This record gives sequence, structure tokens and C-alpha cells, in this order.
Amino acid sequence: MDKVIYLDHAATTSVRQEVVQEMLPYFTEKYGNASSIYAIGRESKKAIEDAREKVAKALKCGPKEVFFTGSGTESDNWAIKGMAFANREKGNHIITTAVEHHAVLHTCQYLEKEGFEVTYLPVDEHGVISLEQLEKAITDKTILISVMFANNEIGTIQPIKEIGRIAREKGIYFHTDAVQAVGHVPIDVNEYNIDMLSLSAHKFHGPKGVGVLYVRKGIKIHTLLQGGAHERGKRAGTENIPGIVGAGKAIEMATKDIEDKVSKIQALRDRLITEVLEKIPYCRLNGHPTQRLPGNVNFSFEFIEGESLLLMLDMKGVAASSGSACTSGALDPSHVLLAIGLPHEIAHGSLRLTFGDDNTEQDVDYVMEVLPPIVERLREMSPLYEEVKRGVKHV
Amino acid sequence: MYSEKVMDHFSNPRNVGEIENADGVGQVGNAKCGDIMKMYLKIENDMIVDVKFKTFGCGAAVATSSMATEMVLGKTVEEALQITNKAVAEALDGLPPAKMHCSNLAEEALRAAIQDYYKKNGIPFDGEPVCSGCCHDCSVVHE
Repeated sequence: MDKVIYLDHAATTSVRQEVVQEMLPYFTEKYGNASSIYAIGRESKKAIEDAREKVAKALKCGPKEVFFTGSGTESDNWAIKGMAFANREKGNHIITTAVEHHAVLHTCQYLEKEGFEVTYLPVDEHGVISLEQLEKAITDKTILISVMFANNEIGTIQPIKEIGRIAREKGIYFHTDAVQAVGHVPIDVNEYNIDMLSLSAHKFHGPKGVGVLYVRKGIKIHTLLQGGAHERGKRAGTENIPGIVGAGKAIEMATKDIEDKVSKIQALRDRLITEVLEKIPYCRLNGHPTQRLPGNVNFSFEFIEGESLLLMLDMKGVAASSGSACTSGALDPSHVLLAIGLPHEIAHGSLRLTFGDDNTEQDVDYVMEVLPPIVERLREMSPLYEEVKRGVKHV
Repeated sequence: MYSEKVMDHFSNPRNVGEIENADGVGQVGNAKCGDIMKMYLKIENDMIVDVKFKTFGCGAAVATSSMATEMVLGKTVEEALQITNKAVAEALDGLPPAKMHCSNLAEEALRAAIQDYYKKNGIPFDGEPVCSGCCHDCSVVHE
């Protein structure tokens, strides 16, 4: 099996050749510490600032509002803890959603232990929060609203602009985890009234190990890492210069002609959704039918379990992911699939396929060739399907 | 993460299917937990002469079901009862720690099938609790 069809772009992406080329000199010739005053130090400093400009241009913000971190997870931790600890005097209430990435959820759970109160907004069957419920959840103690831009599992895009408007009207800061969205949908932090935004370079063909936190000018958050004047004293630690350079190049490439890229990927997504729902019985699409990331497809196949499905797809050279408990080593399936109301047994049978701009129509053809027989084979092995065929169980 | 043997039994599972008029049928686990194993036994003169299974579950669940069926075929009922989850896991060259509960499922499905056979034939047996195969609410201690 030589052929590999990579359909897990939400997990990570390959680093573009052009990005690697820009990064390379910063490992060997231009290795100076950006804090040093001599020439190669200054060169590194300039490289960071150039990358910062590129990120700022992509988010439509100012370069001084861009801070480099070590990951999307760090950015989420910093935004939420930093905001919470800086505003303890003002209030102790945070509003987030039940479908956030664990980088946000676990951070909020940690803050609950530290005396903060957190409201986890529920979502509807498509994974969208209710603006009415958001407004109702706001109290005079609310200091932060943190809602992800787009969901990493089911791809649902939240009404970010409306959330931003509500937060602004109420004078509450608004953070969004946009790790899955940046480079995949157009984003304008001012138009959307976003006060803080987390992103991660490896989700749009940049290197791993580089995140960004955008913090709107004038907003004070506490620093998590002490020990130096890096990132204007906000995030200590010698900068990952090759990584930062790569992140800058990658975001520039990802946001250039984004509309064309989106429409191409979306066409693959919609074709796969239509064909799978047509050809495979007892199957449902998870997430919103239209308000979803252009590359995200998430199905649940009844009577089968996700990990088995992934193993069989892998044998056929298809790389995908699942929200089944078995794939995470936990007992419960994905919190996102449970939050949209799926029963456990259907959540266990989920399959996420995420497209990138390197995928083609032939990849969809191939998935349609291998997926239906794999589902059928696993169902033939399943005692649950046997009951359905006998008419014991009604679906 | 899985041994070659696990992958072999997962990709080419032995004895998948059902037995009509089986002498013993056992099903453990539940869909909520993501694992269900159903085992069918054909028993003649106290000897397991045919065995089939159906499993809803992960790679380890399918592989342990398959291995367990291979291990009991041709054994007497008494011998089959001696097969532990540990023995099944060892026969597969081990399972990742998070997947050990799948081997419990295989042992318990086999036990449940044998108990069903005993019941059908009026043979008394120690009424030891069969683990539900669902680790959420199960207190059975396995080896």
C-alpha cells in the first residue's frame, strides 16, 4: 500500500516547500538570538518582526497586537488564564461552550478550582450556540466570553460576528479559539469585534510548535511565562525564530486567494457528503449542513465503531480520525458528539475526514470506492446490525 | 500501537458469524461503551466443536474475539473456562494498557456462552457474576 490519501488536515498539515525554504537559513547561517545586539541577532529580530507583520496583515490587526507562542494550546491557556487573573477584581465569571477544544475546556475547569465560575453554553443539534442563551448567561460578574470560531471535530462555524457584537455591547472581552479557522475562512478581528484570538501555524501548512495570540491593543492580560523581555515582556523565552518565520510565510500563503481555495475544497467536501449519505444507509452527517469549515466532513455510521473503521481505512491508505472513545483511550466518546445530542453508541461510530488544498476529485473517488465496503464489512461483523436485519431493533 | 498478531486477527478475523441453534450463546458489553461481543458455541459431548462471534468494537475487541474463538475450538467446556483474559492478551503478543478491558470482554463473552449452555442443559454451575463488559459501572476484578 503505497498510496496515502491524507484526509486529516484538521489534525495537522504538511509544511509547504516554500515555507521550509524560508525557515532553513534561520537554523544554520542566521542563528542569532534576537535579543543580541550584533548583526545576526538584529537579523533574527527583524525576521520575527517581518513575520509579525504578515500575521497582522492576515488577521487585519496591528503588529503590536500579535504575540508568538509555542502552540494554539498555549495561546488558549494564556488568553483565558491571563484574562481571568488580570480581571479578578472586576468579576469571576467566564462564559464558554460545551464543544470547545480541551485547551479551552480544561483551562476553564482549572479556573473553576481557582474560584472562578464558568458557564458552558450548550449547542443545538448542529453544534451552534444560541445567542439568546449567551445573552442570558451574562451577569455583572462576567469578564470573558470564549467561543471557538469553528469546531475541530464537526467543523461547525459559530456566529462569531454576532457574539462579538453582544460582547462589545456588554463591555465584556471576547476570545475566540480560531485554530481550525485561520487560513481556512476569511477573518477580520475588527469586523468581528474579536478581542483575543488563538491560532496555530501547523494547521495551515506552517511548522509545528508555533502559535499566536492576538490581543487587542489596550487589553491587559497577565503573563504566564516570566523570565525575559521577549514578546515585549509578555511571553518570556528565546523565540523559535525558524518556526516564527515559517508561521509568517505560511499564513501569508494560506490567506492569499483564500476564496478560491475555499470554493475548491468546499466542492470536494460537498461531493463526499452527498455521495456518502446517498450510498451508505444508517449514516448521518454531524455538524451544520452549510455553516461548516470548507474542508470538514464528519459522519456517524450506526452499528460500527470508529477505531475499527480508521484501522481499515488506514490499510487502504486513507488517513482519517474519529471521535470514538477507543481512539482517545477514554471510556466516553467525544464530548462534542455528545453535546450535539448523539447517543453514545452513534458517537462511537464517527468518522472525521478533513480536506486540504492538496486533495483532489480522485481522492473523493477513492474514498467512495473503499469506504462503503469497509462499513459493510464491519456491519456484517456487528451484533447490533444483526438485530436490525432481523427486525429486532428498530432504528 | 497494536502488535502484528492483533492486526492480523483484526484484518482477518477467524470464526466471524453466527451458529444456528447454538448450544450456548453469550453477549456482553453494551453499545454505550462502544463494545459488544456475542459468542456462539456448538458443543458435542462436552467438547466445543464450533464457535463463532460477532463484535461491535475497536481493533482490540475484534482481535481478542477472534483469538478467543481460536483458543477454545476443540477444547472441553472445562478447559475453555480456564481461559483468562490475560491468556488471550498474551496470545496476541499483548495489548496496549488502555485496551486490556477488551480482553475481559472476550473472556466474559465465552463464560456467558458456557453459562447459557449449562442453563439450557440443566447443569449446575457456580453463579459467579459475569462482568458486564462495560467498564463504566462494573466492579468485577480481572486478573
